Amino acid sequence: MRLTVPGDANSVRHAMQSLTQSDLFLGLPDGIRENAVIVLAEVLNNVVEHAYAQKQGDIMLQIEPNPAGLLCQVSDSGAPMPGLTLPQGQFQPLERIDELPEGGFGWFLIRSLTEDLRYRREGSVNQLTFCLIDEQCASA
Amino acid sequence: MELLAQEKAGILVIRAVGDRIDAAGAIQFKDRMRDLTRDSTAQRVVLDMSRVAFLDSSGLGAVVAVLKALAPDRKLELSGLTPTVQKVFRLTRMDSIFIIHEAEPDGLRHAG
Repeated sequence: MRLTVPGDANSVRHAMQSLTQSDLFLGLPDGIRENAVIVLAEVLNNVVEHAYAQKQGDIMLQIEPNPAGLLCQVSDSGAPMPGLTLPQGQFQPLERIDELPEGGFGWFLIRSLTEDLRYRREGSVNQLTFCLIDEQCASA
Repeated sequence: MELLAQEKAGILVIRAVGDRIDAAGAIQFKDRMRDLTRDSTAQRVVLDMSRVAFLDSSGLGAVVAVLKALAPDRKLELSGLTPTVQKVFRLTRMDSIFIIHEAEPDGLRHAG
């Protein structure tokens, strides 16, 4: 499945709604479908908020089912990842309510639910690939 | 994101009517929650999320922001988490921070 999504928050919402209703997603086991919805929304919103913070552009999404789960590739022509590396996505949940983080959950969720997460800058294009696999539903 | 508020026996129950709290609606959600909670003096605020199929990290940040805005005098509790929403709370360990009711708010019996 290939999809081109304009790089803004409302378009990402619409794309996620149609993906959730697609035959491909409706045919997935609950666990991997939930993980796919969580991860893809985070990845697409990150592109909107960071790569396309200063310029407009499209996001190209490719999802290929394979026996282990879903192989995903997300490309955009926005700004590169700072330092050309992915954020660690670590955060410390704190006990004190007034010190709770209100952000930084995105990469933590992506890293928690994907395997083989890879980032590449090719010319002026960001390319993120990852696998969503079924086994993780059990451990997640 | 439409939110409907109803106060019953000192508990302000806010029902989220939209099916998602996401990056496109997180700020609006936070503002509306602030308005609704400001108009009430209830000590307990319960957000009924039984119709919310999806919440992303921006939505989670907004819910946390509401919890922090109400603290320390008032509490934000959650009810009716759907599977994907529950997973986001569990993975980020926010399920240990919030009081989470399985039942619909109508089924909330005990106060305090």
